[in-house]
Amino acid sequence: MYNTDSKEKEYSIQTTDVKLYYGDFQALKGITMAMRKNQVTAFIGPSGCGKSTYLRCFNRMNDLIDGVRIDGEILIDGVDIYKKNIQVDDLRKHVGMVFQKPNPFPKSIFENVAYGLRVNGTKDKNFIQERVERSLHQAALWDEVKDKLKKSAFELSGGQQQRLCIARALAIEPSVLLMDEPASALDPISTAKIEELIYGLKKDYTIVIVTHNMQQAGRVSDHTAFFYLGELVEFAKTKTLFTSPKDQRTQNYITGRFG
Amino acid sequence: MQKYFHNLGEKIIVAILTISGTVTSLTVLLIVFFLFKEGLGIFSMSPVTEGTVIAVNNRNPVTSLSASQLKEISDQNITNWQEVGGLDAPIKIFRLDDITDYFTEDQLGADFEFMPQRINEVVVKDPHILAFFPDEYISKDFGGRQLQLANITVWDFLAGREWYPTISPAVRMGVLPLILGTLWVSFGAILIALPLGLATAIYMAEIASNRVRGILKPIIELLAGIPSVVFGFFGLVVIVPLIQDIFGLPVGETALAGSVILGIMALPTIISVSEDAMRTTPRAMKEASLALGASKWQTIYKVIIPYSISGISTAAILGIGRAIGETMAVLMVTGNASVIPDTFLEPVRTIPATIAAELGEAPQGGIHYKALFALGCILFLLTLIINVTVDLVSAKNKANR
Amino acid sequence: MSFHDGKSTNNGKRLAQGTAFAVFRALSLLVVAILVIILAFIIVQGISVISWEFLTEMPKEGMTAGGIFPAIVGTFCLVAGSMIFAFPIGVMSGIYMNEYLKDGYLKRFIKLMTNNLAGVPSIVFGLFGMALFVNRFGFGDSILAGSLTLGLLALPVVIRTTEESLKAIDDSFRIGSLALGATKWQTTSRVVLPIAFPNIITGLILSIGRVSGETAPILFTVAAYFLPRLPTSIFDQVMALPYHLYVISTSGTNIEASRAMAYGTAFILILIVLVVNLLANWLRRYFAKRVKMN
Repeated sequence: MYNTDSKEKEYSIQTTDVKLYYGDFQALKGITMAMRKNQVTAFIGPSGCGKSTYLRCFNRMNDLIDGVRIDGEILIDGVDIYKKNIQVDDLRKHVGMVFQKPNPFPKSIFENVAYGLRVNGTKDKNFIQERVERSLHQAALWDEVKDKLKKSAFELSGGQQQRLCIARALAIEPSVLLMDEPASALDPISTAKIEELIYGLKKDYTIVIVTHNMQQAGRVSDHTAFFYLGELVEFAKTKTLFTSPKDQRTQNYITGRFG
Repeated sequence: MQKYFHNLGEKIIVAILTISGTVTSLTVLLIVFFLFKEGLGIFSMSPVTEGTVIAVNNRNPVTSLSASQLKEISDQNITNWQEVGGLDAPIKIFRLDDITDYFTEDQLGADFEFMPQRINEVVVKDPHILAFFPDEYISKDFGGRQLQLANITVWDFLAGREWYPTISPAVRMGVLPLILGTLWVSFGAILIALPLGLATAIYMAEIASNRVRGILKPIIELLAGIPSVVFGFFGLVVIVPLIQDIFGLPVGETALAGSVILGIMALPTIISVSEDAMRTTPRAMKEASLALGASKWQTIYKVIIPYSISGISTAAILGIGRAIGETMAVLMVTGNASVIPDTFLEPVRTIPATIAAELGEAPQGGIHYKALFALGCILFLLTLIINVTVDLVSAKNKANR
Repeated sequence: MSFHDGKSTNNGKRLAQGTAFAVFRALSLLVVAILVIILAFIIVQGISVISWEFLTEMPKEGMTAGGIFPAIVGTFCLVAGSMIFAFPIGVMSGIYMNEYLKDGYLKRFIKLMTNNLAGVPSIVFGLFGMALFVNRFGFGDSILAGSLTLGLLALPVVIRTTEESLKAIDDSFRIGSLALGATKWQTTSRVVLPIAFPNIITGLILSIGRVSGETAPILFTVAAYFLPRLPTSIFDQVMALPYHLYVISTSGTNIEASRAMAYGTAFILILIVLVVNLLANWLRRYFAKRVKMN
């Protein structure tokens, strides 16, 4: 199944003319772009521009909403994820996601991280133990929680909860990590920790992050895409996009004329 | 001036609203008052059947009997006066019917006008006699001694195993078979309704499409609207004969029939309450689970059910409450035998059914009437406990969120 | 990378899901089937009994023939009587509890009492009605006593419906009105109640359905076993549909011969419930459409 096409090796996610409709409303108007492996791609744009909707196409989270229809093609690691015989849960194991608000389960810290392993059929206790510890290390949370793994996840602070959610996503070893405004509900210190974390994670994962915050996009991402009213307006190296945008709308947005 | 009337109008409205608002609280208090006033009256009454005289010979040293001793004597378990504190002599029971063994019809008179006198003679003659007869036949110069029975105690009432509210000479008011009958039938009902109701709730909340749910919802509402007497009627003409045939029973009116009908009746409560509970699970929680590769079913049993467990228990408790209080349907299909059942295939009698069946025949203010009100008190307390439990569960649940 | 080849390690959980969902679907279908069977059975057996005579004549020959006219009239009287009592008080209580009563012990107490009243078994209402209205107030077995008893039973339902309808209204409406200098009652009566009206009406209609089918509360407060004439005052006894069904199916003079009458009566009761539910659903949709058009 491995494709030898060089593009295939270079890009983790490739989409062609993706259109998405909520009933009669067209939320995405034909988006074609490709995201590089082991790099951080940021989506920016004003509220309602479709960036989160587009992100949620990559793990088919939009399937949960009644009345959603998607056209076009999305390849992840060379596989068309909207093909008929795709098992959505396998796809989601491969493409992890971190949400806007920390959403730990009402379970212990340990069980939160172990959840993904358990639902995917892992029974080996030692393996789970090891993997939970490693994921918490990766999410830079281990030192803070190692003595209270059995405590409820709700006892953690908001920032810690979000890092727990990242650890939870990492535990099942996805190859792509989607982050939907992961720091928007957090204080500046927690935000800095998350950004640092993202930077460290990119050597192992392809990361796509939606953010409201342009500085954040500038700090963490290699490439940035600007969305406006369901269209991909501009997609370039982050540095290029922020310093010499080609499109007037991008220019207006990054200089703060709307948003 | 206009402003003044304006404010006055507002005040009057507030007053009217306040009065209406407190009517319900008042009603509950009134219900409690009347129920318990009538019901507790039973504990200050003697179990001697109204209009019955219990008498012994003057020389008999026994001055009082308890209701249970009297019962043992009637059942011939006690046959000697010694066992109840008297002399060592066999107890000779005399009932009104026995009078013909002593006297001819001529001696009693054509209209039994000599009856009081004759009964007097019998009691005076036999020192070991224990006589039960209607008080209309007690003569003015009665030579025997009337026995008083001790009042019914709370323990007699709650733990008594026999419910014969009209039997002579002394009524037996043990409500244990009725309480057990009620719990037995309700328990069976919940055993049927809970799996069925939960499955439907899960299906409606998490599996069915909006269209299917839009069909199911009014159906459940319709089921909730069917009057209990129609359920009872359906049970009587369909379920009861069915049970009779399947199990080869002499009668189909059994606890099982009651449980089946009550189970069906409890379904709407269980379905709608637990479905609502499951729907309160935050979307973020479900998405987190699905995003980790969990299947929908794994998400349901690992996240949604644990999250809504208190709502689901509320549903179960309310379902039991509905079953315990249900009257007509149960009255029509359970056979109403006041015995403690051993299996689901025997007739039982529940508290509400007893009240419904007997209150019409119980003379107002009498012991039977009061006993039925006391049953009403038990029923009220049971539902009170259920309501308070539900209240506590949901309050605790709110605090946890 | 295993998500694309269909040979995933997760077949077990897929099987579990398939099985679980199939079971749930089947059990839900069973619930629907139960309702359909009950409805179909009563309707099929009952519809042939229905005739003009059945609806308009007095029962005859030990209630094995004739009609159920007095029971229909009786039930109508009881529903009307109980609603005259329960509607205004219930709606006003609901308004009081949601709009006027401040959070605190009193509210908790009143709420607890209302919940309790809703949970009291209907036979207990019957006992209470008999003790208070029939005996203490001396109304005797009468439409008045029966209506009051049924009204009390419907009261918590009406209150709850009103309260829920009011609670669903966003506070911004109230604040908007109050900010314009309207008094509390003006706000309630001109802004809040019109918005809540559809839901309140729907709830009231459903409670009519409930009251018309109740038997236990009227057993000892109004219902007559056999009374082939119409009531002339509120102190008369009446026959009522649910009680009629009960007596002719369990303790009539000739149960077998009364069976047809019983099916007919059950059919009418079901019909009332169906009509009430359809009406409620129709109203809900009608009002929803109107709100959209506005």
